[in-house]
Amino acid sequence: MSQEGVPALALADITCRFAARDGRGGAYTAVANATLEVAKGEFVSVVGPTGCGKSTLLNVAAGLLEPSSGTVSVFGEPLIAADGVNRRAGYMFQADALMPWRSGIDNVIAGLEFRGVPRAEAVAQGEAWLRRVGLAGFGDRYPHQMSGGMRKRLALAQTLIVSPDILLMDEPFSALDVQTRQLMENELLALWAEDRKSVLFITHDLDEAIALSDRVVVLSAGPGTRPIGDFKVDLPRPRDVSEIRMTPAFATLHREIWGAMKEEVLKAYEAQKVA
Amino acid sequence: MKLRTLQFGVLALLIAAWYLLTAPGIIPAFYFDQDNRAAFFFGEPQKVFWVVVEWFVSGDIFIHLAVTLLETALGFSIGALSGLAIGLWLALSPTASAVMDPYIKGFNSMPRVVLAPIFAVWFGLGIWSKVALGVTLVFFVVFFNVYQGVREVSPNLIASARMLGASRRQLLRSIYLPAAMSWVFASLHNAVGLAFVGAVVGEYLGSARGVGYLILQAEGTFDINTVFAGILVLTAFALALDTAVGAFERRLMTWQPRAGETEKI
Repeated sequence: MSQEGVPALALADITCRFAARDGRGGAYTAVANATLEVAKGEFVSVVGPTGCGKSTLLNVAAGLLEPSSGTVSVFGEPLIAADGVNRRAGYMFQADALMPWRSGIDNVIAGLEFRGVPRAEAVAQGEAWLRRVGLAGFGDRYPHQMSGGMRKRLALAQTLIVSPDILLMDEPFSALDVQTRQLMENELLALWAEDRKSVLFITHDLDEAIALSDRVVVLSAGPGTRPIGDFKVDLPRPRDVSEIRMTPAFATLHREIWGAMKEEVLKAYEAQKVA
Repeated sequence: MKLRTLQFGVLALLIAAWYLLTAPGIIPAFYFDQDNRAAFFFGEPQKVFWVVVEWFVSGDIFIHLAVTLLETALGFSIGALSGLAIGLWLALSPTASAVMDPYIKGFNSMPRVVLAPIFAVWFGLGIWSKVALGVTLVFFVVFFNVYQGVREVSPNLIASARMLGASRRQLLRSIYLPAAMSWVFASLHNAVGLAFVGAVVGEYLGSARGVGYLILQAEGTFDINTVFAGILVLTAFALALDTAVGAFERRLMTWQPRAGETEKI
């Protein structure tokens, strides 16, 4: 595990085929022969047109979904979905995945509780995390008493408190308004800079992908999604996501990646119009 | 406060109308041939009132009320707990659910009150035949709510808990059970009412104690005032039970959003 060069997360030749839900027609191949690696401490974003199977890929990486073929390795060890989920990964969902019947602090410490950490210790850590995500003093509120942005911070603390080696994020900020979103992106970068986890970040927003990542992977339109482009983002860190968008280097990268993406987006759009 | 006044106004109006239409000699008989007939069929409010007062002053009612409430409480708790347990089990085990499905549907469609005579044979005329009837009524309400509730837990929530390291047992305790509980509470008002119905109907069909028994006795002697007194006492206690459930629910379900809720400063 400690040897350098072993990727934190490696998806090799992944294919996911789903049986048609209505029984008629053939199976739907969401992802076909997709290969993707995330190095230790690397922040990788995956962008692609809507409905192209980005979330499917992430669920495979999380061990929540078993691929039809292909293998997933976590720090060099194969991940078998039947044995359970990817224990070294934390997953932040697009939709709210907080427990509505638990107060903020109880949501944050859920992961510690599942691991059997004594409550007093868990609460102490939980309070510290609430402070780190700017929710100090809101621990006794229930999720429905919080704004969308606050809920995202809570989910972030909930995911990070168990210090996963890999962070999987599925369009976590897509439901937020633009201002809150940029704040959250900056906070994510600040938290990430502290201990440099490996991150696999799914988004449909190219701006967000470039601003956050070390590397941007472009997926083809579905069905049979696979990576079709891999771009290194060598913008300096630390970054401020709202300022970095103004730099010429960002604009160049954006133009380059958009060039690769545009055709796929149009393809997906056409396919949806027909369907 | 104005609302309360109006609510009591409606009550006063009803009682006044009842009194005027039944008291012999106040208005001429317009339907019956004699003016004391209305009182015979519909009772008289002041007499009903005195029967109730007499019951509570002499203490005769307490043993009957205690029996009825005990039957209600037992029927409710046994029915709710078994509904919760079996609802959780069937919702989490697709095979068992598929096998049991026609039987569950069958038992639910059966008019369960017809079971009361059989229960009287099986469990005797004591409280247990009434509890059994209450259980069959309560069980299905809670069962279907739990079953539905567990199946509608957001897959995201389950995936999230699994990623946070929850084992199967922890999933049950931290996700399924709380999710089901909110549905149980939604059905609680209904369930308490049905447990009450089970108790009273059971008593009515054969018993030696209970408010249903009191009503049955009075009916046997055409004592309409006592029948109405029994109905009034039952209604008052059903209302009290419902209020208690509401208070309990509000305490336990603080996490649920309520429409138009604002922060108290």
